[in-house]
Amino acid sequence: MSAYEPVDGIDISWCPGCGNFPIRKSIISMLVSLGSDAQPRVVFITGIGQAAKMPHFLHVNFFNGLHGRALAVAAAVKMANPSLVVIAEGGDGDMYGEGGNHYIHTIRRNIDITHIVHNNMIYGLTKGQASPTSQSGMITRVQPHGVISRPFNPLAVALSLGATFVARTFSGDMPLTESVLKEAVNHRGYALVDVLHPCVSFNKINTSSWFKEHTYSLTGHDTSDRNGAWRLAMEEERLALGIYYREEGVPVFSDHLACYQSDRTPLFERRPDEEKLKALIRSFV
Amino acid sequence: MNRPYDFSRNEDISIIISGAAGQGIKTAESLITAIIKRHGLYCFSCREYMSRVRGGLNSTQVRVSADPVAAWRDGIDILIPLTPDLSRLDHRISDTTLIIGDPSLFTEGRTGIAFSFDEAAGGDGRLYNTAASGLILALLHIDFSLLSESLNERFANKSEKIRERNLTAARAGYEQGGALLRDGTVTIALEPSPAPRSRMIVSGTEAVGLGALAGGCSFISSYPMSPGTGVFEFLSRQADAFPLVSEQAEDEIAALNMALGAWYAGARGMVSTSGGGFALMGEALSLAGVTETPAVIHIAQRPGPATGMATRTEQGDLNLALHAGHGDVARVIFAPGNPDQAFRLTARAFSLADEYQIPVIILTDQYLVDARHTIPPWEDPLAGYASHIVETGDGYQRYRYTESGISPRGIPGFGRGLVRVDSHEHDENGRISEDWRTREKMVQKRMKRLEQLAASAIMPSSHGNPEAATVVVSWGSTLGTALEALGKSGAEQIHYLHFSQVYPLNPALRPLLQRADRLVVAENNHTGQFADLLAVTFGRRADERLLQVNGFPFSVEYLTSRFTRYRRPV
Repeated sequence: MSAYEPVDGIDISWCPGCGNFPIRKSIISMLVSLGSDAQPRVVFITGIGQAAKMPHFLHVNFFNGLHGRALAVAAAVKMANPSLVVIAEGGDGDMYGEGGNHYIHTIRRNIDITHIVHNNMIYGLTKGQASPTSQSGMITRVQPHGVISRPFNPLAVALSLGATFVARTFSGDMPLTESVLKEAVNHRGYALVDVLHPCVSFNKINTSSWFKEHTYSLTGHDTSDRNGAWRLAMEEERLALGIYYREEGVPVFSDHLACYQSDRTPLFERRPDEEKLKALIRSFV
Repeated sequence: MNRPYDFSRNEDISIIISGAAGQGIKTAESLITAIIKRHGLYCFSCREYMSRVRGGLNSTQVRVSADPVAAWRDGIDILIPLTPDLSRLDHRISDTTLIIGDPSLFTEGRTGIAFSFDEAAGGDGRLYNTAASGLILALLHIDFSLLSESLNERFANKSEKIRERNLTAARAGYEQGGALLRDGTVTIALEPSPAPRSRMIVSGTEAVGLGALAGGCSFISSYPMSPGTGVFEFLSRQADAFPLVSEQAEDEIAALNMALGAWYAGARGMVSTSGGGFALMGEALSLAGVTETPAVIHIAQRPGPATGMATRTEQGDLNLALHAGHGDVARVIFAPGNPDQAFRLTARAFSLADEYQIPVIILTDQYLVDARHTIPPWEDPLAGYASHIVETGDGYQRYRYTESGISPRGIPGFGRGLVRVDSHEHDENGRISEDWRTREKMVQKRMKRLEQLAASAIMPSSHGNPEAATVVVSWGSTLGTALEALGKSGAEQIHYLHFSQVYPLNPALRPLLQRADRLVVAENNHTGQFADLLAVTFGRRADERLLQVNGFPFSVEYLTSRFTRYRRPV
């Protein structure tokens, strides 16, 4: 058992057969690749939903906050201590619905975090209402005549906002998910990994076999080609799996902050500069 | 010959400069107050302004005195209108007001001295404020060299031409002012002294910002909203010199969630907002409560509900600050009475938030943040600084039960332990728990600290006669005005209590309130929110509530007239 798995007994609250189980295994594999020395520096920031419970089933630091707000917390954690490995994780409702505004602006900031979104195109925790990624026409208990809105396209949004790592995987393809997650966590900059997975309890349309029929693995795709990535993101019939786009060497948010220009010490180790403060106060005399 | 205007018996001179947004009234205010202080007189200044970028009618009050002065007066001794529109000042002009400006204004019993700003400014509308500054400083017997030095400093980076044009306008105003003194039209006799020269002129905004730095603030995230934006801007300007991250959040919800993330990672985070913005932070405040994450929240109040009046003042958000957030959330609310208290309480807010792992709210208002006071500098700004973060070891439990209810707070990346923080009800390890025994213990753990916080709560400052039958209570920005009114109305008949901490309240207050034959609570809101809090907490209902909701602070005149009535027996 790895350092990233809890030693005390855990009661995993997901339904049997849930796509979250293989995602958890893939995440543990990603964490193991960081080495056990990194463990005290790994921080999961999550919101609310079945996916957001993930860190409870791992052996990691975590801040399990409010529905939709994980990215705001994650951004600040990384700003306050750039040496932490920050992973924001949640479901499609959490990240693309309630947290939609934070999704947009976190990408714009290019915060150096890994953003894992479990995308099962349905609300699970609240038992089966439409999510932002639900397909138009899907019938639910709240949308008895079918979902009216068009589905949210997270990859296209991320690309349009200049995200430097954009990928999509499928929970059923664990080797791919593991390899993409490892690339994402090592990417310096904001990295989106949208993980398609079935909801065995509530989504009777986008089932495991539906995903197998409607996805394909990327081969020979040039990940530095933004326009190519854009075309992939706009495909609707079959969804591409793999890394759509990556761009290394782009300055991340903390590179721009004055407090880290000559000193990478995290903020908690800093003390107010008494002489500077006294001088500032004297400037009002 | 103009009629003589003799202000030689005035304890202070209340000067109002009025004009449209964009005419540089605020610039004139900061220019002349600094010079008046350097000359050796005390200043209090505050502006009242419309929520627009250009046009409208704004004004700033500069009260000048040989003694410290710290309050808003309705009355105007000298009015300097840069535009011939006095509609918003009608009620404050009296037959003793000297108007210096366009003679068309001298109607309906109003008198004044004709002065053309256009002529003094050489026809340049951008220089009216400089000409007015010269005029005012001459009337106060202040040497022109102080003004020319300031202008040269201020325009050091501008072209020679701009500097010259400003100096010319200043001199033109100054010469006409000097002539009014020489020919006896105006008499002013305020005696300067050395004491003010070693003082600061500082606004509430600056004091909150400086207090934040003294409290070790290393992170501010906010969404701009008047009148809370000033503190955000002030701290953002310090981010090059101090270890401080400043980020403009996409909304107030993100702002407070970011501040909580910053504290979780070991920084000291703050948000600055107004009531409407804080309303959006309610859920995050609740999150701070359940996760026992510290936070410092500055709310500069303005009149509500909803958008209300963006640039006016009110104390209407006390109930919001008291009750925001679902569930039971321990918190502390400070309400500084002036910039000095704003500095000290903001610094204290960070230590207290850190020590007790709670949100601490600093409740100011437009009047407090915009008013500038002449006060002594803070000599030992870091005296109260303390950090309570612990290094974690193996088996660290973020929510370990303790006698006080407060568990040692670790942060990720400092020590070998894991820091697990959860918005669900949780056990000592931070893991989700639905065990009813754990639930009860955790609620008690989180709320227990409120008893300690109440027992150590700052007592109100006490003024006047502690034996008096009438007890007058006020809180927050009303301090200076109430104190001046107390002095003017006879301090023997009133025991005045000013609250700079409004929650929790110290249990030791009970006898002070119970003793009163007449309890009066003065506050800038409609229902008497603090009076209600006193009634709920101590069972003592106010006999009288002095309330005001017109967007202005209480004036010295208003409180003096009310306080004078309390000379009569109850």
